Amino acid sequence: MSDATVREVAGNGLWHNNPALVQLLGLCPLLAVSSTVANALGLGLATMMVLIGSNTIVSLIRNHVNDAVRLPVFVIIIAAFVTCAELLMKAYTYDLYQILGIFVPLIVTNCAILGRAEAFASKNNVGLAALDGVMMGMGFLLVLVALGAIRELLGQGTLFVDMHFLFGPIAVNWLIQPFGPNYSFLIIVLPPGAFLVTGLLIALKNIIDNVLKVHVDKSRNKPIKGAKRVRTTGHIS
Amino acid sequence: MQLVLLSTLPGFLALSYQFGWGTFINLIIAVVTSLIAESAILALRNRPIAFYLKDYSAAVTAVLLALALPPLVPWWVVVVGSLFSIVVAKQLYGGIGYNPFNPAMVGYVVLLISFPIEMTSWVTPISLLPEGVTHPGLWESLSIVFAGNTPVDGVTGATPLDLFKHSNGLVVDQIYQNEALFSQASFAGVGWEWVNVGFLIGGLILLKTRIFTWHGPLAMLGTLALMSILFWDGGSSDSPGSPIMHLFSGASMMGAFFILTDPVSSAVSNRGRLIYGALIGLLVYVIRAWGNYPDAMAFAVLLANFAAPFIDNYTLPRTYGHTDRRKATEKQEEE
Repeated sequence: MSDATVREVAGNGLWHNNPALVQLLGLCPLLAVSSTVANALGLGLATMMVLIGSNTIVSLIRNHVNDAVRLPVFVIIIAAFVTCAELLMKAYTYDLYQILGIFVPLIVTNCAILGRAEAFASKNNVGLAALDGVMMGMGFLLVLVALGAIRELLGQGTLFVDMHFLFGPIAVNWLIQPFGPNYSFLIIVLPPGAFLVTGLLIALKNIIDNVLKVHVDKSRNKPIKGAKRVRTTGHIS
Repeated sequence: MQLVLLSTLPGFLALSYQFGWGTFINLIIAVVTSLIAESAILALRNRPIAFYLKDYSAAVTAVLLALALPPLVPWWVVVVGSLFSIVVAKQLYGGIGYNPFNPAMVGYVVLLISFPIEMTSWVTPISLLPEGVTHPGLWESLSIVFAGNTPVDGVTGATPLDLFKHSNGLVVDQIYQNEALFSQASFAGVGWEWVNVGFLIGGLILLKTRIFTWHGPLAMLGTLALMSILFWDGGSSDSPGSPIMHLFSGASMMGAFFILTDPVSSAVSNRGRLIYGALIGLLVYVIRAWGNYPDAMAFAVLLANFAAPFIDNYTLPRTYGHTDRRKATEKQEEE
């Protein structure tokens, strides 16, 4: 039933079907907590842990659950892992937990997790499902951290602020302030900035994809098929 | 578009006379940044650069943004605002004719939210400067804008709308007696009344040349006047201010004639423009009277931009040859 290879799973999770940039799932935590690298990394790791756990368990029970009740069962499994993540964060990174607040329990409503359980884990064997969890989680985590880094740098002029909440006392001196202590560009820290930067990241991904596509087409020495013009915008010379 | 640029001249002259060289410097920085940004993005999008620069739309956006900014703001504030207006609010949406929001106002709001300290320190009008203090000259202004030198004490001060917002517990007559900004004014607020008269003159010239119709501006100013008459309450300590003050303070006239008449982001039909203008007037008054910001032109215009397609949908003009305007379009859709 499953013919996905390891390579495909990895490529889909990290790039071609990236949950944040292509599927646009889990935008609520993506936009809300990506104001600093520390927040982004904390929530990204928690999401990844939940995703791996839920994918594995869902894959294990995929042949024993009646189709009619599968969604409630998935949600219960996800909720169990979210509770674990929440308790772990409370125990080891309490300050960060307090900053993230409601967004840790809200991981349970992250559509990327339910989406992977339904679309992949319930149809594939345990090994692939766990790998999919790792790769999808990693894809989400990387975008979240990139977004956090850009927003922190442009918005507050800092990088790696509050990292000691996540890594303990050794990270206290990691703070970098390339633009001096008085820099601030508030709109990037506020929600509009999250939308703007996410949009620009998606645009960047599309540009890279287009360049790669042209490159592949050229290397195969095939003429590029003329794209059909759907509509004309403005004056093109 | 050139005519629009020219008719901002009375307002620009009033601003420059009342507040010194700052507006002129803003104008130069904004126009240069906008033209460079517009050319760069057009080049990236493989569009003819000269063809689009010749329509003066980027210059108009830059001029309107520059006139809205406080004089003597640091240069990078103007640059960031112009870049946001042209790159994000205009070109990313597809360039002229495709922007759902007024680009100048998007730039202004981004700046107002991001740099509240820089954006809320206005210069004192010329007749209220303390004894022995003058507005900085051109070179001194340049050093303030580019090198970050701070202006002499007394050169910056509150605007009439600021003052009204922060004078809690005083009846209007007391505010008018205590504050030189009002007690020395001819009819609305020192300096600002003439800036608004300047934009009113420019706007009337544009109206005379039929660059835009009377519907939007009249509806906006009418609603603003109506609201301020309704809630004027004779000048108690709770009163948000007199109608004359609201019409001739802040961005009222500039907004009414130069901002909400933007043909791209406003409603299209005449009836639609009446509703659109009235909505802006209402929002401006509501935010001024009960909101957190002293003036609200930019927020009101952006909110009304959101509503413009909706307004258009319900104010379709009657098609020639049909009696009922709704039926005409529906029949067309059925066929």
